[in-house]
Amino acid sequence: MAFLLNYKGIGVDEKVNRWKHGKRIMMGLAMLALALSGCSLKNQGEANPLNPKGSVAEEQYWLILLSIGVMVFVMAVVFILFFYAVVRFRKRPGQTGIPKQVEGNHKLEIIWTVIPIILLTILAVPTVAYTFKHAEDYSSAPPEEVLKIKVTGHQFWWEFEYPDYDIVTAQDLWIPVGKTVFVELHGADVIHSFWIPGLAGKTDTTPGVTSKMYFDAKEPGTYLGKCAELCGAGHALMDFKVIAVPEEEFNAWVASMTNPPATATEPAAVTGEEVFKAKGCINCHAITPNGASLGPNLNNFGNRLTVGGYAENTSDWVAKWLINPQKVKNGATMPAIPLTDEEVQALVDYLASLKNYE
Amino acid sequence: MAAHTVKRYTGLMDWLTTVDHKKIAILYLSSGLLFFVFGGIEALLIRIQLMFPMFNLLDGQTYNEVLTMHGTTMIFLVAMPLVFSMMNAAVPLQIGARDVAFPFLNALGFWTFFFGGILLNLSWFFGGAPDAGWTMYAPLALREFSGTGNDYYLIGLQIAGIGSLLSGINFLATIINMRAPGMTFMRMPLFTWTTLITSMIILFALTPLAVGLIEMTFDRLFGANFYNPAGGGSPVLWEHIFWIFGHPEVYILVLPAFGIISEVVSTFSKKRLFGYGSMVFATSLIGLLSFMVWVHHMFTVGMGPIANALFGIATSLIAIPTGIKIFNWLFTMWGGQLTFNTASLYAFSFIPSFVMGGVTGVMLALPSADYQYHDTYFVVAHFHYVIVGGVVLGLFAGIYYWWPKMFGRMLNETLGQISFWFWTIGFHLTFLIQHFLGLWGMPRRVFTYLEGQGWDTPNFVSTIGAFFMAVSVILFVINILITWAKKPNAPADPWDGRTLEWSIPSPPPEYNFKQIPLIRGLDAFWKEKMAGNKEMTPAEPLGPIHMPSPSILPFIMSVGLFISGIGFIMSKYEFENSFLISIFHSYAIAILGLVITFGCMVIRSLKDDHGYHIEPEELEEKGVKA
Repeated sequence: MAFLLNYKGIGVDEKVNRWKHGKRIMMGLAMLALALSGCSLKNQGEANPLNPKGSVAEEQYWLILLSIGVMVFVMAVVFILFFYAVVRFRKRPGQTGIPKQVEGNHKLEIIWTVIPIILLTILAVPTVAYTFKHAEDYSSAPPEEVLKIKVTGHQFWWEFEYPDYDIVTAQDLWIPVGKTVFVELHGADVIHSFWIPGLAGKTDTTPGVTSKMYFDAKEPGTYLGKCAELCGAGHALMDFKVIAVPEEEFNAWVASMTNPPATATEPAAVTGEEVFKAKGCINCHAITPNGASLGPNLNNFGNRLTVGGYAENTSDWVAKWLINPQKVKNGATMPAIPLTDEEVQALVDYLASLKNYE
Repeated sequence: MAAHTVKRYTGLMDWLTTVDHKKIAILYLSSGLLFFVFGGIEALLIRIQLMFPMFNLLDGQTYNEVLTMHGTTMIFLVAMPLVFSMMNAAVPLQIGARDVAFPFLNALGFWTFFFGGILLNLSWFFGGAPDAGWTMYAPLALREFSGTGNDYYLIGLQIAGIGSLLSGINFLATIINMRAPGMTFMRMPLFTWTTLITSMIILFALTPLAVGLIEMTFDRLFGANFYNPAGGGSPVLWEHIFWIFGHPEVYILVLPAFGIISEVVSTFSKKRLFGYGSMVFATSLIGLLSFMVWVHHMFTVGMGPIANALFGIATSLIAIPTGIKIFNWLFTMWGGQLTFNTASLYAFSFIPSFVMGGVTGVMLALPSADYQYHDTYFVVAHFHYVIVGGVVLGLFAGIYYWWPKMFGRMLNETLGQISFWFWTIGFHLTFLIQHFLGLWGMPRRVFTYLEGQGWDTPNFVSTIGAFFMAVSVILFVINILITWAKKPNAPADPWDGRTLEWSIPSPPPEYNFKQIPLIRGLDAFWKEKMAGNKEMTPAEPLGPIHMPSPSILPFIMSVGLFISGIGFIMSKYEFENSFLISIFHSYAIAILGLVITFGCMVIRSLKDDHGYHIEPEELEEKGVKA
């Protein structure tokens, strides 16, 4: 760093090599760039656009890399010309006279028009190809080949319907690994955007419009899903999870969702069920396998990864949510219904008991 | 001495009634900088809130208001007015004119912007600011999903938009009709060219915005359903109308910056602009293409691969004329004698900064990849690079460059350069890392984020950069204040300039040119200097100079629109006072405002005002005092 700090530029009497001068600037920039770039370019750990785990995201990642490559080339040309000019053509102290006034150069104009056209063509061809590929409509594919899901974005939660299995659920999206998942997107209230950064690009859920996309997960895992269109106060916390499992496990999940065990047997859970009905929760939250409701379907809630979309599904957080949903998620549309401590505890036990498997 | 028959004002009334483009430039500059402070505070609030995961300085609702106002303020109340300021300060001088074609409209344009901006910010005090983003997407922006804030956006921008449209028309008429003898189109300075193209864009872009705003106003205030799907309307329609305005809008911002860069780079390289003809061509092509790319903001709506592919290609094409410009600037510098001062530091550093923003723009233009970038911090990084690293750098270059001409004083160089470095370091520190945040999955417009995703440190670093920029602005304000205290003794031509504005005193007399100059070529003043002349050759004899009269009507008309705007917004507000309820709910206030404005228009139409003349005897003295 010292040589950067002692840097005084080219002085009047200094006979200095201009390249050394330029090199100092380059070094400084390189250090800055390194400092700014973050240590791990992929941010390992989370699947994300730079660390794709699905076929569509992989193809988009390839496009991203190609465009970065072309753009780095363009930037290198500009930066080299720029920094050279800034160093080489600096006005020296005592320098007089007027430099040669150059009107232009026809040949250069052609070069820097034609080369960008070529570069853009290199980018355009795969782009158009993938744009069409990713718009493929699988709505008439058979269920053995393609899993179809109807996604509805609500303020501030995600509803998932599996029409081939007659399942309605929310927040946790279970899919089989390696199989194409074809999604039909609907918006219930305002525009949201369905995005699983590690598996595929996003598509908006616009009220009045039915949009479509497909994706898959190539490895088992839990993938974070986010809402990617400003939709109100709770936008930032409108997360969902994609749970990709091997096909047999997925089929087992489907079976457990369509045949949930008999209702609560533990005394605490029984009380909770009564509170659930008495306080009107059941009016907004269906608990049957295919019940659509104003609020998320709570079938198998005990096994759900989160409450409120982002908070860990523990009795602590569930209690916080029940007492004051807006405090957990600003803007939540679930009303804060007055509950006694016992009622809260009962509901917590009941909800935890809604497990279709252990 | 001949007596003036028109009333001349001094002090505050002078500023309220002025139709002089030079004073209007100062009005735009001061208001733009004032709103810049508001927008900057909003930016700091955003960055502080995002400094730590799950931080709770601002809750989700308040954050959405702050982010909406930050974007709306910066684009409509800062960038556009500062652009108009530069256009007003320089263009009439650059073409050898005494004022713009329609001075009265020029003043009206300023006052409507000013009152529109005030109206927009009143929302903070009356139930909350607009909260659906500067893009105001329906249905979120409609009554069902929001409070009253969005009404201030719709009506405030409607009023301010009138001003922009008027300015566009004004500069078109001025540049087409009022160039000095000998100044053909291809002898105009590049800043004048970019103003011309920008004005054409304004004409065709602000009109759809006005339509969209009116339709959404009807949805919110009068129960219409243009954009409400429950009533048969279409949210996608709003997106189209907004972006048909919104995309050309960003070229309205950047083309004048390009023009300033052409002037400043050329002056401080001591060389004529390389490839002038190509630059004019490229600017025109960018202006045209800017209307053909708007769907790139809507790639994820799902309108189909044909639409997406076509607009992706069209968007990429803009890179070509933009690249032409970049290389022409580089080759202007090539072989020159580069002087580094605050103005030229901003202008030279624009080149790499803007290119960084431009290349991410090409990346965003590619549909399938865009499905990952869209609505993430990658986009935020891109547009801040082109707006802050592009438009704002250009505006700062222009402000430091033309400051002596506008105010007769030189801004302090040392403070200016320190300010520049704080700005540059802060800007890159804030926004470079945001490209990665987007690629790591962070959406935009989020008031917080969960920890453990690897986003904590980048967000923290980004916030530090914002504070660097704040320091830069504070130093800039200090610079303005200490400069203001100095005596106005700046030279007419502090930079050894090439264009006409440097051939007259700093600041110029009220009438700009004692005699309209004769133009013999491109870089008209430089041409005279190279021929050994100290001044321009006049194209007309000394004679009485016809000047436009000052008028209070533009101010009053804007006040009328402001009152009307408040009247419409508050038409459903539950006042405690029953008298207030009666005058607002009956639309009496709304109508009163419109009556005031139309009344002024009637007065203006019926009263003959031929301006006044400044006589040659007054010119023989050192200019006429305003």
